[in-house]
Amino acid sequence: MAQMTMIQAITNALQTELKNDEDVLVFGEDVGQNGGVFRATEGLQEEFGEERVFDTPLAESGIIGMAVGMSTQGVRPVPEIQFFGFVFEAMDAVSGQAARFRYRSGGRWHAPITIRSPFGGGVHTPELHADSLEGLFAQQPGLKVVIPSGPYDAKGLLIQSIRDNDPVIFLEHMKLYRSFREEVPEEEYTLELGKAETKREGKDITLIAYGAMVHAALKAAEELEEENIQAEVIDLRTIAPIDVDTIIESVKKTSRAVVIQEAQRKAGIAASIVSEIQERAILHLEAPVLRVTAPDTVYPFSEAEEIWLPNHKDIVEKAKESINF
Amino acid sequence: MSFKNPLEKIEDKFEMIQILDENGKIVDEDNVPDLSDDDLVELMKRMVYTRVLDQRSIALNRQGRLGFYAPTAGQEASQLGSHYALEKDDFILPAYRDVPQLIWHGLPLYQAFLFSRGHFHGNQMPDDVNALSPQIIIGAQITQAAGVAVGMKKKGKENVAITYTGDGGASQGDFYEGINFAGAYQAPAIFVVQNNQFAISVPVDKQSAANTISQKAAAAGIPGFLVDGMDVLAVYQVTKEARERAINGDGPTLIETMTYRYGPHTMAGDDPTRYRTDDMDDDWEKKDPIVRFRKYLEEKDLWSEDQENAVVEKAKEEIKAAVKKADKYDKMKVTDLMENMYEELPANLQEQMEEYKEKESK
Ligand SMILES: Cc1ncc(C[n+]2csc(CCOP(=O)(O)OP(=O)(O)O)c2C)c(N)n1
Ligand SMILES: [Mg+2]
Repeated sequence: MAQMTMIQAITNALQTELKNDEDVLVFGEDVGQNGGVFRATEGLQEEFGEERVFDTPLAESGIIGMAVGMSTQGVRPVPEIQFFGFVFEAMDAVSGQAARFRYRSGGRWHAPITIRSPFGGGVHTPELHADSLEGLFAQQPGLKVVIPSGPYDAKGLLIQSIRDNDPVIFLEHMKLYRSFREEVPEEEYTLELGKAETKREGKDITLIAYGAMVHAALKAAEELEEENIQAEVIDLRTIAPIDVDTIIESVKKTSRAVVIQEAQRKAGIAASIVSEIQERAILHLEAPVLRVTAPDTVYPFSEAEEIWLPNHKDIVEKAKESINF
Repeated sequence: MSFKNPLEKIEDKFEMIQILDENGKIVDEDNVPDLSDDDLVELMKRMVYTRVLDQRSIALNRQGRLGFYAPTAGQEASQLGSHYALEKDDFILPAYRDVPQLIWHGLPLYQAFLFSRGHFHGNQMPDDVNALSPQIIIGAQITQAAGVAVGMKKKGKENVAITYTGDGGASQGDFYEGINFAGAYQAPAIFVVQNNQFAISVPVDKQSAANTISQKAAAAGIPGFLVDGMDVLAVYQVTKEARERAINGDGPTLIETMTYRYGPHTMAGDDPTRYRTDDMDDDWEKKDPIVRFRKYLEEKDLWSEDQENAVVEKAKEEIKAAVKKADKYDKMKVTDLMENMYEELPANLQEQMEEYKEKESK
């Protein structure tokens, strides 16, 4: 076992699948010699050659459109979108094409593509270099959306995403890339897509989060513990499809829940989880299910990030609101 | 193959235009721009000033006093020569590296610094500055430039829209769409592609099988010119003629300027030694736009060391004052951003506005 950051775990997962499967190709802007702007593909071109790890011309719709076409030739494309805000350039290729490839052809074709991309905020990037657009893709039928909260999960989920025969959007929170290390096995392993993980058990309230907000929720749970509130923390890991069973089981136990997302409030993942809970467990609830989210503005220019981003204090506050309801 | 390849010798049609060579000698007498001595001196002042601004911006970024910054040294002739051919009412659609053109179009320096820091006031062009703020999305400005130009034509204005992108930007669909739309409507637009040889780490020859970017104009049915982007006279003259053609109703032009950025892609961790060699850097620095123009002006007795020092001092002072002004400017609030989302605040934001006002008062 080795201690790895999330970015190292991602590189390690890519390397594992490049070794395992000749059909895996890794490509995107600056992913070759430069190793990617975050160094996620560091050393991979050197190890596997330019035929398998390569730079593309600068055009996101070209990158994803090409990946869709490659799928018909038995290729397993793992393209990178350099920052997720640039995916707007490729919206048709992703949502209009890749997501519908299997459906449209009645199963004749499918698109085993894994689109990797850094997302989220809090690292003072310029506009469109920080965004939480996962909701747009979670809403698109035909796509899976996977969001790891740390190194161990990142490796297991990325390998599984690459092996999945449907298109997966694999989102890597920029703040988590190098923020901590954890034990990651050198050998290969996979984590099932669509399965949440209960990160911490508790009987009083369920905190549901994904990505960087998992850590805010865990921190909130520690603070709540000081006041004798036992919070259960669920890391969704995959936001499309959502592991409803794990959520409902927990809520039936705790009778209270707060759903947390870094993204803006309206029409979000948190809102859809709230509706799943009320449809399936309303008689178990002692309080309305509450949300912690960012406000409904475009992601702020970097100067106002701190106050815009939800944090553990907001979660503590909402949890108490639920408890005191 | 029985058919003649239509691409044969196409590059011959896109030979690089140069007026002033690396040694500061005029190599194309016929095309020397009709600029007064004052204009020539002004061009030099702007290039020197902008080089100082670049050096200071890099230093300020390293001290943590600026945020996002894309270095400009090496590209002064390309940026400022093309800008000098414009009029105040011409409309600029810049990319993130094109802050110098905005400054010479009237954007106060302190606002350029606020843009760098991620304060929205840095994007608020003063009323008399016809420009958008620097575009972050590669290529988005190119179709918009066609739109600005079509709008100008409709309104009967005698002005042009000019947009800037890089060699990488010329690979985006938006690039082809933009030049094609402007051509289809014969709109008064100028598309400048600053070919600084790299898109972050990717060399230009990996972007396309075409040997030049300028030749892509042919497919859109508009003129394309390849220009020595280190030669301020050539860049100025080609842009000026493009502007005249546009104003006369003869449609858009594509200009590719061959240039180089000396610094890293941006100050956010790019390391050019991963993809460029020292030899390449040295070769390009020999073509430096300021060095050759200085030689030319000195030969004409229009420029001296004292003059240059005076510009450097003035730049340093103004930069210092602008940083101070940016420091004093009110910090940006989330509620400011809310105000700018819609003309009228919808219900969800009205509610959130109250919540954030309270948060911000703590
Ligand atoms: C749509 C989009 N894709 C990718 C990026 C990331 N990015 C920023 S600059 C850049 C390279 C641009 O190169 P070029 O067009 O040659 O301009 P230069 O930076 O060299 O001036 C890339 C890939 C972006 N900002 N927008
Ligand atoms: Mg470039």
